[in-house]
Amino acid sequence: MTQTPLLTITDLVIQAQSDDGPKTLIDGLSLSLNKGEVLGLIGESGAGKSTFGLGAMGFTRDGCRFASGSVIFDGIELTQASPKVRRGLRSTRIAYVAQSAAASFNPAYSLIRQYSEFPVLAEGRNRSAVEVDAVEAYRRMHLPNPEEIGFRYPHQVSGGQLQRAMTAMAMACKPDLIIFDEPTTALDVTTQIEVLEAIREAVREFNTAAIYITHDLAVVSQMADRIMVLRHGNLVEEAPTAKMMSDPQEEYTKSLWAVRSFKAPAKPLPDDALTPLVSLKNVTARYGPAGPDVLQNVSFDLHKGRTMAIVGESGSGKTTSARCAMGLLPRRAGDVLLDGVSLPPDYHKRSKEQLQQLQIIYQMADTALNPKQKISDIIGRPVTFYTGLRGRARTERVRDLLSAIDLDPNVYFDRYPGELSGGQKQRIGIARALAAEPRVVICDEVTSALDQLVAEGILRLLVKLQQDFDLSYLFITHDIATVESIADDVVVMQKGKVVEAGPKDQIMAPPHAPYTELLLSSVPEMDPGWLDRVVQKRALE
Amino acid sequence: MTRHLRKMPLTALFGFAVIFTYACVAIFAPLIAPYPETAIVGPEYMPWSDEFLLGTDSLGRDMLSRLIYAARNTLGIAIATTLIAFILGCSAALFAATMQGWVDQVISRIVDVMMSIPTLITSLLLLTIFGTSVLNLILIIALLYSTVVFRIARAVAMGIVVMDYVEAARIRGEGMFWIMFREVLPNAATPLVAEFGLRFTFVFLTVSALSFLGLGVQPPLADWGAMVRENASLITFGDLTPLLPAGAIALLTLAVNFIVDWMLHVASGLKE
Repeated sequence: MTQTPLLTITDLVIQAQSDDGPKTLIDGLSLSLNKGEVLGLIGESGAGKSTFGLGAMGFTRDGCRFASGSVIFDGIELTQASPKVRRGLRSTRIAYVAQSAAASFNPAYSLIRQYSEFPVLAEGRNRSAVEVDAVEAYRRMHLPNPEEIGFRYPHQVSGGQLQRAMTAMAMACKPDLIIFDEPTTALDVTTQIEVLEAIREAVREFNTAAIYITHDLAVVSQMADRIMVLRHGNLVEEAPTAKMMSDPQEEYTKSLWAVRSFKAPAKPLPDDALTPLVSLKNVTARYGPAGPDVLQNVSFDLHKGRTMAIVGESGSGKTTSARCAMGLLPRRAGDVLLDGVSLPPDYHKRSKEQLQQLQIIYQMADTALNPKQKISDIIGRPVTFYTGLRGRARTERVRDLLSAIDLDPNVYFDRYPGELSGGQKQRIGIARALAAEPRVVICDEVTSALDQLVAEGILRLLVKLQQDFDLSYLFITHDIATVESIADDVVVMQKGKVVEAGPKDQIMAPPHAPYTELLLSSVPEMDPGWLDRVVQKRALE
Repeated sequence: MTRHLRKMPLTALFGFAVIFTYACVAIFAPLIAPYPETAIVGPEYMPWSDEFLLGTDSLGRDMLSRLIYAARNTLGIAIATTLIAFILGCSAALFAATMQGWVDQVISRIVDVMMSIPTLITSLLLLTIFGTSVLNLILIIALLYSTVVFRIARAVAMGIVVMDYVEAARIRGEGMFWIMFREVLPNAATPLVAEFGLRFTFVFLTVSALSFLGLGVQPPLADWGAMVRENASLITFGDLTPLLPAGAIALLTLAVNFIVDWMLHVASGLKE
């Protein structure tokens, strides 16, 4: 190519200061990016994706520094540039779209006010002229009511809308380079598709170069022309998207690609004559006495030894159903049966035995484990509480449980949660649930905060434990791939109602209910042409 | 923790040194003090001399000895008061935060009412009603300060009771005490310990202020606040002795605040 690259990074090394001396986060990465090109950066958390992305803007997080190498943006060396020069470039020529738009917007100002901040400050433009632009930008992002939405405050719009408003804001000064840091990770699949399309259109229209950071391979294959796979701050592999998807070279890349292939062994259909283990019958519930019904006539049966997945967007009532079953949110009407026996609506009124049978594993392992308790106490407490084991017997039991979740008891017994990785914490959460010797375990988005490889390990563990301990799972997730790999039965929920329920093969195979169809078709596929096809198909309908 | 201790700033070190010295003086008062606490050992208002290092007070008692013994009374009362205030305030706060709902409302509103009356006026009033014994002094100030402790502890605990691990303990069927003291309290400890230091200084100042007003520690017991009052007139003659007990109060306040600053700093996880 004869064209000079817009961004050239050569042998960049970024180090963090820690108590044990400098720690290398980015170890000699290089890249060159042309105008209008989209580069996908992929890797697990901790791979250095975000650090590298920010480095491309000439920015390092607190406590980090550029140790060597260079970042040249349009002829300007960013690692050496004065803060003033860098500040001038940012947002006018380089923009950044963060993962959590909700945390990145200032809640005290309207969207349009924040949109116009940079054009007014950095380019000295007239605020009202910028606001006209903003409406156009919102329209381009397919935001509803583009004329008015800008005057709302961040809390008045949905997460997907906020993410699009942020992308619009990033493009306000027509930057040459935009860095997208997991812009759709926090969104539902149905929303994600809208944001992805809006981003891609805008990038094409302005011939903007972009670095797209994500851990989702299917998403990156839609967005990027070229993909770089990172691991531990090093480059694993770099290739054009189509080649990377069809023919990955490195073992690590192949393992990433293969993650979605895990499938739990199929089970025979349950005998309808048997009493279901857990049964929700026409459950209705609301938050607060005057709120709207967040669950309306929700019914489903979980049979012994099976895994039932509840899927739906956020706000569909998945977690609320589980909370009703647990008694955390007392139901207003309907019934929750355990083994054919009605459970009191409020968990305070349930017996210890009833509480013991239903256990829950939380989404965020960070907040689910008491940071001031040792692992041995976190797992040991339910052991003592429910089975009365103490002293040596309790220690033995805790060690057995640690072995059951594939953690070495000698290493982890005396540790605190803060000393564990995300996947290990989630395993401890599982062990705590198992310690109660339950019959039903509710898994509330247990893998959605984890990297794909780690998540797969957790899913495999859950399947193994199901066989070993004869457990039944109520598996709440928004991820269809997870449903495919682990579920026996599926309940599809939307706006507090059950749309469809039945064995997985029946639900996942056509014909679908319209909402199930929308949900399933919104799940990104690894095929680079997928987004175009879906968008075209939806435009026709 | 050892890592934090090694990196302790000079200010905090100074704070600990001062408190350590005060504690030694208070504990070993009878050994250090040249004369007994309440004995009249010479003429009134003697200037500084070899016999009476800091002179004598209005009744002819040795100033240095009284200064040393006062460390016992003033510090002892302040520590006891702060402890009671914390036990009271924290328990109520943890209970309110864990129970939520009307329990929280009732306790919080009672505390609001108590806080709406100025502390000094309430304590003066209560001390006049119940009499100025040391026990009453401790209980009344502790009760008044427990409201402030309650507010802070409740705010901290409110952020903790919504955590999933507390919910996990609740649906396990754990009792109120387990949740309050095993799940919530350990996670609220750091800000509360820092608050303890700060509150201690305020209690200390209140005790001294009350003594100065004549409603605190009663004669002939020595107390720094009371000593300032008893000998205040000496200032007019250019004698700086009455400023010494005031200085002792000021130094301790400073020391405690240095430590509290450092603890808050460590707790907040800020780098510099």
